[in-house]
Amino acid sequence: MSHVHVSNTGRIWKVFGILSAVTIIEVFLGILKPEFLHMNNFLGMNLLNWIFYALTIYKAYYIVWAFMHMEGEKSSLRSAVVFPLIFLILYILFILLTEGDYIYEVFKNSTIKWNF
Amino acid sequence: MEATVTTANSEEKTWGGGNEPMGASYGKLMMWFFIVSDALTFSGFLAAYGFSRFKFIETWPLADEVFTHFPFMHGVSAPMYYVALMTFILIFSSVTMVLAVDAGHQMKKNKVILYMFLTIIGGMIFVGSQAWEWKNFIKGEYGAIETKGGSLLQFVDKDGKRVALADFAATLPEDREQLTRNKAKWFMSEPALPSYSVAEVQAGFKAHPELLIRTEVITAAKQKTILSRAESETRLTQAHYVVEGANLVRNEYGSKLFADFFFFITGFHGFHVLSGVIINIIIFFNVLIGTYEKRRSYEMVEKVGLYWHFVDLVWVFVFTVFYLV
Repeated sequence: MSHVHVSNTGRIWKVFGILSAVTIIEVFLGILKPEFLHMNNFLGMNLLNWIFYALTIYKAYYIVWAFMHMEGEKSSLRSAVVFPLIFLILYILFILLTEGDYIYEVFKNSTIKWNF
Repeated sequence: MEATVTTANSEEKTWGGGNEPMGASYGKLMMWFFIVSDALTFSGFLAAYGFSRFKFIETWPLADEVFTHFPFMHGVSAPMYYVALMTFILIFSSVTMVLAVDAGHQMKKNKVILYMFLTIIGGMIFVGSQAWEWKNFIKGEYGAIETKGGSLLQFVDKDGKRVALADFAATLPEDREQLTRNKAKWFMSEPALPSYSVAEVQAGFKAHPELLIRTEVITAAKQKTILSRAESETRLTQAHYVVEGANLVRNEYGSKLFADFFFFITGFHGFHVLSGVIINIIIFFNVLIGTYEKRRSYEMVEKVGLYWHFVDLVWVFVFTVFYLV
């Protein structure tokens, strides 16, 4: 192994603190559901859900970077893992969610009732 | 040793083998690429869930009405506390795993043993919790009615509080026998009959004028629509099937796909946790018998650690998608 290993238990516990705090915030928001976040939409999704997804990605960043020790890897490895994922996931989400919404519109505006 | 832990080629022989262009050993790199492909699999599942949800955006079940159980708290609506607890357990087992990796780097065998052990225990508690969650989901709490058209009707009282079928269904002198093989009905089979027949639910509803029907449709206030008494009565004439709990065909929570995705995605994740626990146990015994001590490298612990953190990572997303959003 080329890189030197220093003990970083301090950082591990710090990251655990961050992840726990973010989870508590998520549960708190999920139970309270503040009106102004829950009822206001942005790009087809309410603000509360945007916050949930942002916090999830924030947690994911810490898990991959600190726990999976991505921060200690070479940038070529980082890029090889992270960029294909980001690109492909955004791509499939875009396609499927657009299509799902389209089918919703078709059901809604058609003259045939599918579920009654 | 050379087969499992490659060392950096210091002799500058580009084609001589043993190169690590990405600064990671072969095994570690392959674990990363496995994780990439597995992450894409999970993304596919979650995106498919999103697709179905966008398709039925107006009738999808509300998560905080579905997952309301907490151990030893019967009849108390505790949305999300239990999954939050499960999330903590999994994050904590991730922490002990990373501590094990850290101890491995310093060749502290006893610390690795302790932390690996804690990780395995955490994983087992998580899988057990998930089994309990499934049990509640499958058993259901209130029961519902499916109409001929395939939509789902739930029952509420005047205040909008859910009412279970058992609380109002009438007992009619009808006897519908469950068909089983031992009664010489070998050519017929059927799933278990619901506790009440459609007629019993209808009669019970008539006898309780305070009851109303709640449909799947979500209003502008992000609540389920509650029909008036007259509308409820007309709606109930179309009743076709009594739904109790959840299975892969229908569930009492709402959209049929909801239960399918729940079982499939949390099941697939639970299967990952289970395999993670088994792999961790194998590595744990290897640590115990000193395999990595002899190898002078605890990289194997690091590799299973990567897998274990990945399972945690997936759970973070499953938690958001199923329970929060």
